[in-house]
Amino acid sequence: MLQIPCPHCGPRNQEEFTYERTLDSVVRLDDAPEIAIAALYTRANPRGEEIEIWHHTCGQWLRLVRDRMTHAMRAVESL
Amino acid sequence: MGAGHYSALALLRGAITGHRHWGRAWRAAEPRGTYDVIIIGGGGHGLATAYYLAKVHGVRRVAVVEKGYIGGGNTGRNTTIVRSNYRQAPLQRLFEYSLKLWHSLSDELNYNVMFSPRGALFLGHSDADMARLAERGDAMIANGLDADLIDRDEVARLVPLLDMSGEARWPISGGLIQRRGGTARHDAVAWGFARAADSLGVDIIENCEVTGFLRSGDRVTGVQTTRGDIAAARTAICVAGNSGHVAGLAGIRLPIESHTLQAWVTEPVKPMIDTVVMSQTLHCYFSQSDKGGMVGGGDPDFFPSYAQRGAPLRLEDSIAQAIALAPALSRLRMVRTWGGVVDMSFDGAPIIGELPLDGLYINGGWCYGGFKATPGSGKAYAHLLATGESHPVAAPFDLGRFADGRTIDEVGSGPMPQSR
Repeated sequence: MLQIPCPHCGPRNQEEFTYERTLDSVVRLDDAPEIAIAALYTRANPRGEEIEIWHHTCGQWLRLVRDRMTHAMRAVESL
Repeated sequence: MGAGHYSALALLRGAITGHRHWGRAWRAAEPRGTYDVIIIGGGGHGLATAYYLAKVHGVRRVAVVEKGYIGGGNTGRNTTIVRSNYRQAPLQRLFEYSLKLWHSLSDELNYNVMFSPRGALFLGHSDADMARLAERGDAMIANGLDADLIDRDEVARLVPLLDMSGEARWPISGGLIQRRGGTARHDAVAWGFARAADSLGVDIIENCEVTGFLRSGDRVTGVQTTRGDIAAARTAICVAGNSGHVAGLAGIRLPIESHTLQAWVTEPVKPMIDTVVMSQTLHCYFSQSDKGGMVGGGDPDFFPSYAQRGAPLRLEDSIAQAIALAPALSRLRMVRTWGGVVDMSFDGAPIIGELPLDGLYINGGWCYGGFKATPGSGKAYAHLLATGESHPVAAPFDLGRFADGRTIDEVGSGPMPQSR
């Protein structure tokens, strides 16, 4: 099981978190169609580090740099 | 090489000579210079593609390159369920195409894949569930598939170990059964396709990881691997679980995210459940292997991972559900759990088609339902690679459907791969 460092609560069990999406897949209202489609429907999906958005049950949204092979978490900050 | 044609007579003949005739089932091929088709990924789908390319289309210069060993990826990690009981017509056609092939696959390959059409049962736990199952069954029957909506008593007769008492944690109202569905021996599917493809001249190259693509402008002309460059007229990605990584080597982003799916197996016991029991309301499925172990699984882990191992969290969910459904399971010892990496696509349906680079093709995005499609997926993909035209059952599953708004979303959960 992972321990994810919540910026507000400190390290907490993975059970309390929900994965949302990657940072580069947030669709903005004024995005051009091809950019919106790419953000909505495609991912880099690397076998390595990716910048992800997670949500903690405390209400905190966080930006997490996580390696998807090793699960090592390099950086976290509130969003 | 090999033991020739497998038959009862060959077994008998082998018995006289102490079974010393057994050889390798396929050659340990070395990469040659140039092929008509290179298939990246030696899983069931890739090997089936190679087999049908050689068998149906006469394309013999085919290489399958596999980063590990045959049967070491998802083909050897699934829960072996075979069915075609989908609600939407394109999915029904694709999986039914495959299910028909399953029924004669052992003869086709001269290899016992132990396909056992023991019935695939979806449980209903409420009136609303039964309405949904009836709708699905009607959709299946309308398109020529077999489906029986059965009541509570018949479910109890079919699977006597289910908790049908008034105190059941998950009361059972009935079910929808596809009697032609069932299970198969997953390793045997990989080995059988490997042996049959090899006997038609396909080179199966294990321990050969693709590290990049050979390019000539916008055309892919082969692959760079840990065992040198290999050239080909057509390059076919078939690495479900790692599609994102391999397509990434060509600079392509796909509507796929890799997630972990776990499964579990108990100690082997005498026959106790002879039907594949599934609940989509809960999300748990289990069946008994021919060796006797109860094999089951549930949801993926809900976050992206390539790790081939998962968190006990999701495992606990599916085991708790299985035990609530069939309390006798609680008496069994669990001997093993494992994880595999699955290609979660953005509409829950697979992707079979061309990629934006010439000469490069994709077959992936099978979510956690790819095993049952093995023969059909291979045959349809082989058709595309040999003729350049999509096979009719695979045509709706092209990559362009996402931008065009033609997604095939069975559960209607939108472009959120972790919520299927």
